[in-house]
Amino acid sequence: MHLDHSLSSSHSHHGPSAISADAHRPDGSRRALRIGLGGPVGSGKTATVAALCHALRDELSLAVVTNDIYTREDAEFLLREAVLPPERIAAVETGACPHTAIRDDISANLEAVEDLEDEVGPLDLILVESGGDNLTATFSKGLVDAQIFVIDVAGGDDIPRKGGPGVTTADLLVVNKTDLAPYVGSDLGRMAADAKAQRAELPVVFQSLRGDKGVAAVADWVRGQLAAWRAR
Amino acid sequence: MTRAALLVLADGRFPAGGHAHSGGAEAAVKAGRITDAASLEEFCRGRLHTAGLVSAALAAAAALGLDPVELDEAAEARTPSPALRTAARRLGRQMMRAARATWPHPELDALARLFPKGAHQPVVLGVAARAAGLGPADAAYCSAYESVSGAATATVRLLSLDPFDATGVLARLAPELDRVALAAADAARRAVDEGVDALPARSAPLLEIGAEAHAAWAVRLFAS
Ligand SMILES: Nc1nc2c(ncn2[C@@H]2O[C@H](COP(=O)(O)OP(=O)(O)O)[C@@H](O)[C@H]2O)c(=O)[nH]1
Ligand SMILES: [Mg+2]
Repeated sequence: MHLDHSLSSSHSHHGPSAISADAHRPDGSRRALRIGLGGPVGSGKTATVAALCHALRDELSLAVVTNDIYTREDAEFLLREAVLPPERIAAVETGACPHTAIRDDISANLEAVEDLEDEVGPLDLILVESGGDNLTATFSKGLVDAQIFVIDVAGGDDIPRKGGPGVTTADLLVVNKTDLAPYVGSDLGRMAADAKAQRAELPVVFQSLRGDKGVAAVADWVRGQLAAWRAR
Repeated sequence: MTRAALLVLADGRFPAGGHAHSGGAEAAVKAGRITDAASLEEFCRGRLHTAGLVSAALAAAAALGLDPVELDEAAEARTPSPALRTAARRLGRQMMRAARATWPHPELDALARLFPKGAHQPVVLGVAARAAGLGPADAAYCSAYESVSGAATATVRLLSLDPFDATGVLARLAPELDRVALAAADAARRAVDEGVDALPARSAPLLEIGAEAHAAWAVRLFAS
């Protein structure tokens, strides 16, 4: 038998690549903070990612992973908007099951974040956008360090009351498109009270990307997460 | 060795990336070659006796301890389509990550170092089976089953096919799956003495052509 082959004779200074949430890369350096953005289709995840890139790209080294359901549209939107150079945007194909790729079988996403760090790193922050499907989709802790759940006022003002893992447990809940509330008859006060009831002390941001403040509050939250990650 | 490790490795929920691939079913559905349970069965039968046999033999040979670099070259030679080569390496890399986390083993670490971007999936699967204490026939079973189960699951999603019908297809293929797995394990044992050329080299041209077309689509549900 050819037992004395390449597997027994290979040597390397570094270990092979990391497996999942390890805080360090194979060369010993600290990896980038990974933040996931989940939530229903159309709530404003890609728009929030684009706005965060605009807000943070001058102070941080950034990259984005998108998980489209059946196209590369999110990645292409970010490319068109030129929020980051193309080599900093990677698209993962999810096989009709976007929640599987961020929760049950995270290997393709882990490869995307690791390849980005290898190819354009060092990076401070990687944003991972979910393809978006339902209210139960959350990111695995093996993939991201913190997650943002994005809903919008137009999806119905009873979503915070209904709860579900995204609304209840995300590290940050963003209620987007507040500019549309008057047109769709959503009661922001009620949404805030329901969110508080579901989430206790976990933070909630009401945001309109069409308004003056835009993504500023979420960008501040991200800066806080990064400071905490660096202090860890 | 534990028999139950085979169930862990063969489980469709083993987190090694398979869920995003259709095994050529998406291209075959679009081309009108899979329209119902009967045509799914024919598709799976064809896959089993071609790509399935080849991958099962590669996996069995890797489980026996043949040189994975030679096996990877043998896999490359048996995979003409660049799109399928890319998919096989991507899935190999994902299998590697899952296997290293599940059954830590120095041979897996060494293989990961040799192929940081992934070796062909059946080769990694075979070394993973070895790390799990399984034998060549187990690895062959696992690979042969995977060659049809992925396509069946994908077709349920693509055609909204009745899931009971799709599972019935897999059950009806079971006797043939036995024969393919055992033939693959035999070939792997021959390859120990005769070299990797003793491994089967059957191909399914439509799968290769379909994979190339599929890789160029702008809109698709599965990665391959
Ligand atoms: N009026 C309004 N529209 C928004 C806001 N944020 C995003 N949109 C729009 O909502 C649509 C869906 O946004 P997108 O980011 O693609 O949603 P995703 O599916 O969650 O990624 C796009 O047309 C955005 O321009 C907002 O704050 N206000
Ligand atoms: Mg989006």
